[in-house]
Amino acid sequence: MQLAVWTYEGPPHVGAMRVATAMEKLHYVLHAPQGDTYADLLFTMIERRGKRPPVTYTTFEARDLGKDTAQIFQDAAREAVARFKPQAIIVGASCTAELIQDDPAGLSEAMGLPCPVIPLELPSYQRKENWGAAETFYQIVRNLADKSLVREPREGRAARANILGPTALGFRHRDDLVEIRKILALLGVEVNLVAPLGATPEDITRIGSADFNIVLYPEIADEAARWLEKTFDQPAVRTIPIGVGATRSFIADVAELAGADPTPALGDTSSRMPWWSRSVDSTYLTSKRVFIFGDATHAVAAARIAREELGFEVCGLGCYSREFAREVRAEAARCGVEPLITDDHLAVEDAIAAAAPELVLGTQMERHIAKRLGIPCAVISAPVHVQDFPARHSPQMGFEGANVIFDTWVHPLVMGLEEHLLTMFREDFEFSDEAGASHHAAHSPRKSSVHTEVEAPVADIAVTEAPDFGATGWTAEAERELKKIPFFVRGKARRNTEAFAAADGRAEIDLETLYDAKAHYAR
Amino acid sequence: MSAAGILDGCAAEIARDPAPVAAPARPILRERGQREVFCGLTGIIWLHRKMQDAFFLVVGSRTCAHLLQSAAGVMIFAEPRFATAIMEERDLAGMVDAQDELDRVVNRLLERRPDIRTLFLVGSCPSEVIKLDLAKAAQRLGAVHMPRVRILNYSGSGIETTFTQGEDACLSSLVPVMPALPADAPRELLIVGSLPDIVEDQFLRLFAEMGIDKVGCLPARNARDLPSVGANTRYLLAQPFLGETAMALEGRGAQRIEALFPFGVDGTSDWLRAAGEAFGIDPALTEQVIAPGRARAARALANLRPQLTGKRITFLPDSQLEVPLARFLQDELGMELVEVGTPYLHRAHLARELDRFGPNVRLSEGQHLDRQLDRVRADRPDITVCGLGLANPLEGEGLTTKWAIELVFSPIHGFDQAADLAELFARPLRRRDMLEI
Repeated sequence: MQLAVWTYEGPPHVGAMRVATAMEKLHYVLHAPQGDTYADLLFTMIERRGKRPPVTYTTFEARDLGKDTAQIFQDAAREAVARFKPQAIIVGASCTAELIQDDPAGLSEAMGLPCPVIPLELPSYQRKENWGAAETFYQIVRNLADKSLVREPREGRAARANILGPTALGFRHRDDLVEIRKILALLGVEVNLVAPLGATPEDITRIGSADFNIVLYPEIADEAARWLEKTFDQPAVRTIPIGVGATRSFIADVAELAGADPTPALGDTSSRMPWWSRSVDSTYLTSKRVFIFGDATHAVAAARIAREELGFEVCGLGCYSREFAREVRAEAARCGVEPLITDDHLAVEDAIAAAAPELVLGTQMERHIAKRLGIPCAVISAPVHVQDFPARHSPQMGFEGANVIFDTWVHPLVMGLEEHLLTMFREDFEFSDEAGASHHAAHSPRKSSVHTEVEAPVADIAVTEAPDFGATGWTAEAERELKKIPFFVRGKARRNTEAFAAADGRAEIDLETLYDAKAHYAR
Repeated sequence: MSAAGILDGCAAEIARDPAPVAAPARPILRERGQREVFCGLTGIIWLHRKMQDAFFLVVGSRTCAHLLQSAAGVMIFAEPRFATAIMEERDLAGMVDAQDELDRVVNRLLERRPDIRTLFLVGSCPSEVIKLDLAKAAQRLGAVHMPRVRILNYSGSGIETTFTQGEDACLSSLVPVMPALPADAPRELLIVGSLPDIVEDQFLRLFAEMGIDKVGCLPARNARDLPSVGANTRYLLAQPFLGETAMALEGRGAQRIEALFPFGVDGTSDWLRAAGEAFGIDPALTEQVIAPGRARAARALANLRPQLTGKRITFLPDSQLEVPLARFLQDELGMELVEVGTPYLHRAHLARELDRFGPNVRLSEGQHLDRQLDRVRADRPDITVCGLGLANPLEGEGLTTKWAIELVFSPIHGFDQAADLAELFARPLRRRDMLEI
């Protein structure tokens, strides 16, 4: 048994739902008790889908156990096929139905349904959501692909590619796809098929007619791509085009497989991120300490961008997907940090608190952790919440994705010019640094309960009378000096100074200690 | 005293009779099929907020944990007072003893959270199917951790409970450990069903003004401060989904005060008057105490009535609040009830509510989702009350909706919330009329 307060991934059948919901004319008959329908709201509320996920839940109850749960499954499957007329159905069990061993695969086979039935074995007590999505997509491809298909000779026609991996509830999958299509158009590569997103079962049958595959999200598409490689001799592009450098490599890889000239795609004039990063305002970004956590693909990409394209210092890197931990370990080695491979968000919280980063890049959960710790944060990976399904185009991939990433990561921080002005004016009696940065109040560091920041006194003298003065060990003079440090680093200065004082065995924190600590932590 | 006065009094007595003699049975559409409702685990989301010293440990699967975090929306607490002990392959394959594993998890949890005074072990679908005996576990662990921590168990599994039935199961697990009210103790009032603190306080003030000062609440804000129960307990249900809890309370001698549920002016008045009667309070005093609240609520509702009168509404089954809320919308706001669906219909507790329904209201119990949606599409009500999984898809078809879950999480009981309750239905309609895109 594992104690969990919050999980990064749902059960594997939710992964299957992400594939089914992304596709058209496919239906999922899920043997499950009432309550498992909660998963619908992930799609209809968080992703704001205007359609129900194409899932029929059999809804068995305690009184049905040991009697007619198999019959309930068959009735539900028959009704679903009659009502929704899918081109194919996938069938499987949720965690509870797995225990009663009704064998949805065998049951539906015996029914002689008028469409292909793809059985799913998703072991709920061993596996999780991303694995479930990958396995489902693989089974769909394996069952539906027309293996007799012979590719036309390459001469005299454009190269064709499958784009594999985008699903429902994916982090920016919709927008990434637009960017990838743009790149392929510039390279003169035809899109044979995008799957699962928007594909029908009939579309899947001709997956073999592509010359190669593009694996956008390995967590979901890698398994299927490996089978396609074997079965149809289709090589795969596995470079993930997140960041300017990775996008360039991606273009080069695709161009090579397609026998195309990469120049038009590489010369995309909308790539502004390199200049934004070089311009002087960004100097203040230099060596900002950033903590990164997410799925492996997005975490690794974020670490590369942080190091190479923004000049950050990666002070922590991890992922929740054990299946792809190897890539994260390798990148962590390049960053010189210990990789954190865990699905326990409390361990992640501890690691973030210990690393004391200036920016957290993570999932919905790290957003909350960062909020509690008063650290700016940007979201880079699923699981995400409703605000990370924006109305506007907001990709992560391609050159536009890199532009978006620059804005998204830098926005929560205090801009260079603003930092400069804050320093200039902080002694001004009319300037209240309690107001925080001029933008994005939600992300600006707030006085959190974690630290014993004294509540805004009218005058400095009030600080000396603060009730917790004795407890913190700060002298009045040091406390006043601390107030002169800009608010956005004050919490960190306080923490560092207290840690330094404790380590050095100093009971009282005076001016001397404050500046000794500053020297100690100087970089 | 005039004859008319006596007759009036008699009429009132007759109206309070729980079993009207010749009421014709109302036809009920009973359906079976896919249900789009939460399971009973979801109750933990509000129960853990209500009982601040209690912790809820679900013994279940990753799905249970995922449900809780999805239903709770954003997780904003450092560590909420609920968690899931996720069963894994080795627990099921018998490689480890699930009971030993549970001991390990509970001991670790209690070590880390010394603030926990009551721990609920909550059964789930998988734990029920493998027949993991949580009652035994609660007893064994209780022997170790009492008196610091009281350990109780109930099932919130989807194979046995629908959404709010989870609260019913939780509260009925508390009944056996409520202290006994001595046989010679004066009559005490017990409010049953979790209410937001602000609403509970409003009711307690009203009861105090009426002169009923011995009032307990189940659940209590502090799960270790349970009210007493005995033959002199008279209880009022604040929620319509507490059948099991009511039975458990009656098993300890308590008697239910028959009343409408406290929604809207009528419901709240009836609920308070019924308590007054049961405690022999002078009706004139009761009227005097409730008059200001009634007047305020009536004033506030008057503003909203024009927006709702004549509008047609369908409830899909969700929280069992459907029947009393529909009664309120029909009687006090002039809405037309098209279909009132409820996951489970407690005939005795809802008898007085159902009596108020017009003759053409379609009452349905249980669910066959696709057929019910076909009816919604055919009826085209002005507003459909439904779960989160259905709201956007119905909006996508051009049907205005109200998320049912908000009715469970918002303060909607009592006089001072009557207009807030009406507003929950008025807002989606107003928005539909405002938008020009």
